[in-house]
Amino acid sequence: MTATGVELRGLTKTFNGPGRPVQAVRGIDVSIAPGETVALLGPNGAGKSTTIDMLLGLLEPDAGTVSLSGLESTSAIAAGKVGAMLQTGSLIPNLSVRELVAMMAALYPSPLDVDETLHLCGIEAFAAQRTQKLSGGQTQRVRFALALVSNPDLLVLDEPTVAMDVEGRRAFWATMREFAGRGKTVVFATHYLEEADDFADRAVLLAHGTVVADGPTTEIKARVGARSIRATLPGVGDDELAALPGVVAVARRGDAVELRCADSDAALRALLTTYAGAHDVEVAGAGLEEAFLELTGDEA
Amino acid sequence: MNLAYTRAELLRTLRNRQAMFFSLGFPLVLYIVIAGPNKGEQDFGGTGVPTALYYMASLASFGTMNAIVASGARIAVEREAGWTRQLRISPLSTTAYFLAKLVTGFALAGSAVALLYLAGTALGVRLSGGRWLEMTGLMVVGLVPFAALGILLGQLIGADAIGPAIGGGIGLLALISGTWFPITSGFIYDVGRLLPSWWLVQAGRAGIGGGAWPLLGWVVVTVWTVALTALAFRAYRRDTAR
Repeated sequence: MTATGVELRGLTKTFNGPGRPVQAVRGIDVSIAPGETVALLGPNGAGKSTTIDMLLGLLEPDAGTVSLSGLESTSAIAAGKVGAMLQTGSLIPNLSVRELVAMMAALYPSPLDVDETLHLCGIEAFAAQRTQKLSGGQTQRVRFALALVSNPDLLVLDEPTVAMDVEGRRAFWATMREFAGRGKTVVFATHYLEEADDFADRAVLLAHGTVVADGPTTEIKARVGARSIRATLPGVGDDELAALPGVVAVARRGDAVELRCADSDAALRALLTTYAGAHDVEVAGAGLEEAFLELTGDEA
Repeated sequence: MNLAYTRAELLRTLRNRQAMFFSLGFPLVLYIVIAGPNKGEQDFGGTGVPTALYYMASLASFGTMNAIVASGARIAVEREAGWTRQLRISPLSTTAYFLAKLVTGFALAGSAVALLYLAGTALGVRLSGGRWLEMTGLMVVGLVPFAALGILLGQLIGADAIGPAIGGGIGLLALISGTWFPITSGFIYDVGRLLPSWWLVQAGRAGIGGGAWPLLGWVVVTVWTVALTALAFRAYRRDTAR
């Protein structure tokens, strides 16, 4: 069994946007060990797809290097070590699902068995259908089968579950878990924190084209799993509130303030003792999406 | 060349009824409509050859040119569908992908020609074995630059515009290359002789007794083949962005 690691060094990419250039990726360094399952996590526009395109050699970086277990991406791909499911793309028509998967398998040196792949991806039921007759969810599963049948050492998935329904998602991750269990390297982009938490060993958080956090998913979750305190508190400045123990950020909506806290217990004690006028106090676990947006530096 | 991919391409083309009809049926219908009513005419427009033979050669060159270019131009649709990106992350090489298009194009063109030859024979065309071979062989060579042209256009032009681009382009090339009526002098003659389509039509005419290509024909076809192939590969390499 072999697996392929990934080394991204100093990757940058700027696109010519309308009017002014858009810096999609501004210096990304990531190393992924063979056999690791890593989530590239970030909101839309964080640079996930651009990073994946550079990883796969579909896009030339302005600066920096990509190495897949010591090989350039084009060589690793030519050797059939890489399988990928891109974010967008449809299937070519006038072939049955089975014919398409079998054709793809034939391009690779050591593919999975076609029947096994059809089974793993749950697409046996419509294996005889022509590809142009499939529903959106079915198409997505076939695209996954095309990536999987190559039996790659490195499997790269760019937001694979976006077009899937809940049932499809569950089946998809079950298949992925089985595949990663064979010691393969898996890199996937997602903007669902839960997917990263459930499935990856490690998450790399991207925002505005840079890595803002990189660590085990439990660690990431602890960081974004902070609580927030909401209270109505007229006449107190943001700076004073931010100075309270345990508070990391302050947001204001009219007379209501929201304190995002690393230690909500300490912050609440200090808030109530310092400002007797505070009322309508609520403590809540920060919504994952909200917390995540804050951590990645975006204004929700 | 990759057998699995080429086989899939052939299968896909065979199953594409509309493409089959317009690549194979259209030249055939056109031929029967034009030549059928005049099949008894033995000297078409003073050329000294029967109408049935003249238009069999014309439509063979026109039909094959269409089939070959259209086959390569299907890349435009596959690009827009994101399929070529999927292939770039597979071990299938660019050359193998192009070759599959080429083989499919020649298979379509070959079928179109075979049908026209059959129809021609039915309309009374009689040629010696050597003439059939010479005509067919030169046509195969004359089609190579058009295979490259189709692959090039498939990468430069979007799926929405590829139809009109090919329809108009081939129509014009056919016209000024003497497909529909003989061109023997004048400005169009001077320009036409520098186009590969001219020599494709001449390949058809070889069966009529117009003789094989002179040196100019070989030079024109070779230069266009080299230039269009180089441009096609360059376009593929540049086409990395989404």
